Amino acid sequence: MNVQDMILTLQKFWSKQNCLILQAYDVEKGAGTMNPMTFLRSIGPEPWNVAYVEPSRRPADGRYGENPNRLYQHHQFQVIMKPSPDNIQELYLNSLRELGINPEEHDIRFVEDNWEAPTLAAWGLGWEVWLDGMEITQFTYFQQVGGLDASPVAVEITYGIERLASYIQNKENVFDLEWVNGFTYGDVFLQNEYEQSKYSFEIADSNMLFNLFSTYEREAKRTLEANLVIPAYDYVLKCSHVFNLLDAQGAISVTERTGYIGRVRQLARECAKHYYEIRESLGFPMLKKEGNDTHE
Amino acid sequence: MILMSKGTFLLEIGLEEMPARFVTNSMDQLADNVEDWLKNHRLSFDNIKKYSTPRRLAIVIEGLDDKQADMEEEAKGPSKKIAIDSEGNWTKAAQGFSRGQGVSVEELYFKELKGEEYVFAKKFTEGQSTDVLLKGLKDVILSMQFPKNMKWGSHNLKYVRPIKWLVALFDSKVIPFGIADVHTNNTTLGHRFLGGFATLMKADDYINVLMGEHVIVDPVERKLAIRQQITELSAVEGWNIPIDEDLLEEVNNLVEYPTVLYGSFDERYLNIPEEVLITSMREHQRYFPVKDGDGKLLPYFVTVRNGDHRHLDNVRKGNEKVLRARLADAEFFYQEDLKKPLEEGLKRLESIVYHVELGSIGDKVRRIKELALTLGKDLDMTGERLAKVERAALLSKADLVTHMVGEFPELEGRMGEEYALKSGEDEEVAKGIYEHYLPKQAGDEPPATDIGAIVSVSDKLDTVVTSFGIGLIPTGSQDPHGLRRQTAGIVQIFLTHGWDLDLIQVLTEGIDVAEKRGLLKRDKESVKEDLVEFLKLRVKNLLQEQGVRYDVVDAVLKTDLGQIKTLVNKAHFLQDQLVNPEFKQVVEAFSRVTNISKKATDVRVDFDSNLLEGEAEKELYNSVQEVQAKVRDYLKTGKISFAYEELKGLVPKIHDYFDNTMVMAEDTTLRNNRLKQMQETSKIITTFADFQSIVFHSEE
Repeated sequence: MNVQDMILTLQKFWSKQNCLILQAYDVEKGAGTMNPMTFLRSIGPEPWNVAYVEPSRRPADGRYGENPNRLYQHHQFQVIMKPSPDNIQELYLNSLRELGINPEEHDIRFVEDNWEAPTLAAWGLGWEVWLDGMEITQFTYFQQVGGLDASPVAVEITYGIERLASYIQNKENVFDLEWVNGFTYGDVFLQNEYEQSKYSFEIADSNMLFNLFSTYEREAKRTLEANLVIPAYDYVLKCSHVFNLLDAQGAISVTERTGYIGRVRQLARECAKHYYEIRESLGFPMLKKEGNDTHE
Repeated sequence: MILMSKGTFLLEIGLEEMPARFVTNSMDQLADNVEDWLKNHRLSFDNIKKYSTPRRLAIVIEGLDDKQADMEEEAKGPSKKIAIDSEGNWTKAAQGFSRGQGVSVEELYFKELKGEEYVFAKKFTEGQSTDVLLKGLKDVILSMQFPKNMKWGSHNLKYVRPIKWLVALFDSKVIPFGIADVHTNNTTLGHRFLGGFATLMKADDYINVLMGEHVIVDPVERKLAIRQQITELSAVEGWNIPIDEDLLEEVNNLVEYPTVLYGSFDERYLNIPEEVLITSMREHQRYFPVKDGDGKLLPYFVTVRNGDHRHLDNVRKGNEKVLRARLADAEFFYQEDLKKPLEEGLKRLESIVYHVELGSIGDKVRRIKELALTLGKDLDMTGERLAKVERAALLSKADLVTHMVGEFPELEGRMGEEYALKSGEDEEVAKGIYEHYLPKQAGDEPPATDIGAIVSVSDKLDTVVTSFGIGLIPTGSQDPHGLRRQTAGIVQIFLTHGWDLDLIQVLTEGIDVAEKRGLLKRDKESVKEDLVEFLKLRVKNLLQEQGVRYDVVDAVLKTDLGQIKTLVNKAHFLQDQLVNPEFKQVVEAFSRVTNISKKATDVRVDFDSNLLEGEAEKELYNSVQEVQAKVRDYLKTGKISFAYEELKGLVPKIHDYFDNTMVMAEDTTLRNNRLKQMQETSKIITTFADFQSIVFHSEE
């Protein structure tokens, strides 16, 4: 199965489970969790079921397109269901069957892995899912998001598209993956990998980045003062990405690192709090929504 | 009377996969709590069996009575005076009491208690039926304690992982209760892929029904199965597969139906240091490495699949693919690290914070180096050897900035040694780098080489001293920096290397190094006092572990710590003396001296031998003069029994002295002088031990 079909298959599968199929968010981010459709929407009592593909940037993992497994940008297929349905593990295993992975013919395990995103003041408990020894999915029950207790609890399923595809297509090198007939992963992303790695490690101007960080941070705070949580959150994402770039350059010492993470976390907390209050003042509209009886 | 009958009760909590490291403890806890609960509810039973897999915790109670034991209690009421009025009728108080006890007034009776008669009632409580009581196990399930809990869905319950099903079955009867929308039933769930729902006709069927659903529910059986399969594989292939017990325990709690299989990897990866390969296989993949008869690593790995023998090829290929990527990474890191000599890493240590108040790792390395040089000189090292100590200290932390240690922190030291050798460092220096982390935990071997030992002590001493200097002192169970372990490590190294250095002096050297750099945020003397106390507690633990009696430990610890080896030997020497019949008299004589000498604390005059009157006084004085220097010399050179024999020689003189001398004489001058003599005598005795601390029980 090529990558394109994998994505279509997963979208179709989760659509049938009454997930909204949305698109990636247009601000740089390190993980699908940071998409406001996950971060903000998992806050508060409103039900929420969604799935989307998120291109995720990890500047420190860039390898100029030379490493068969490590990437500056990889793709996550992200599913959020709130409240977490009772049969979520079975749903997930069924999605693997749709991808042609029959659990009876493999060794699939749920191995403890506790997830924490210090910049988001978020953590959860769950597993990494192993397919014949390979971690293909991160499976997390959110316990706190933006410093707020998750209630009800959202479950997050994050498929590593490249990992899964390399298994399904039996390829050793990510760039040899078939995206769709006649197009390899390399055709689509190799230049991106090289240029972004080169930029992150060699070209990016750390002075400019330090300035940007402070500018974005100020703007996030100012925007929050106007009680506009979504644009404010965009600047939190920008802070986070700039921080990741600086970190990849080794421009931030260990002590300073804690400080920068703390600053992003503080903003994320503020956004979470504002988001909750705004939704509350709106009377948590999704709670009343007709047809939102898909689970439980 | 109805005869009681016995039955089997099964309780199974079905869960989404628990963390492997919680499974065994949680199972034990469930069994213990159920046992307590049964006892508290007067339910008798023959035995409790406990079972667990990643997806279930279960107990089976065999021979459980179907009825709670009856209970007869005697309750005391008001006194007869109050219970019966002047006309001989029951008072309100008595009636109230009988009502409260659920008996009629006719059933009340009297008993005398300390000369006064009281009303009593016999209260009989009939035992309830077990199946009614068993519903209460819900509370046992809810009161389970896990290291980490979570919420799920819209439930408010916090538990180790979501509860999926519950079985509560007394013989064939379902005991009804529910937790978080899950209700008890007689249906269990088998292996995730090879089994399904299965009905238990009766509790006794549990093991067999699950076996039919591809679940080996008994963890002991499951572990045995893994072990046997590994052993068979070793025999067939002629391999040696060392079984790491911790790994086996973890793997056992990751599977419900284990099948052992092996895979291989490219031989060229055997060029990567063995420890890296092993760590990569074990930590990341939970594989068992494979060795040949000579203990050499082979390009194979053994893994345990959660399933049966079908489609093993898929599983093998998948695992091989994963390992290939992992080893390619490891190889890349290794090659990258080898591009630069180890020493190159030093400058990057300057930007790694050791502790906000204590500077960078670079700062720490400079302190370790200074301490190591001082310690080396204390141990009379010179020239080339001292230079090696210095070099090992300098490079001790250089591997922290290598890719490999970044990936596998547990390989710190090991990679330092490896890269030092590859960088052309001296072999002893390289060994010293590895060894300076030893002993890593209780039970570990200390460094074998003196270079490793010196750097190890210097590193640990710096950690402990600077932590105390900024007030980071372990309390209770709180010891995040492992200061107890590190201090115990220092003591262990001193003992195994037989260093005859004064531990307090070495400690002071550590404090000086910290002070010079302004790292003492507290008063120097109180830092030192705290450290000496801390050190003494470690020695105390050590001696007690070695079986030395607590009072003997106290006796030696009340003397100066000094040479730790001598102190430990003294403790064992005294411990051995405990069975010596004459020892008690020695202790009594010494104690008498020490006891009375306490009265001399406030005496401000100097001792004057001219004031000695009686023969006994003079005799004792002369003997003390004679043995003093010898005792000190013997102790300094570790000749414990010689020192003791000298002191023992004083015993008859002490007896003589007390038989013939009145210490607390009327004459102040005489009295003070005698007290001073006692003080002098006590002083030499207590250089050996505080004999007063030693306890003799009356029957001995």
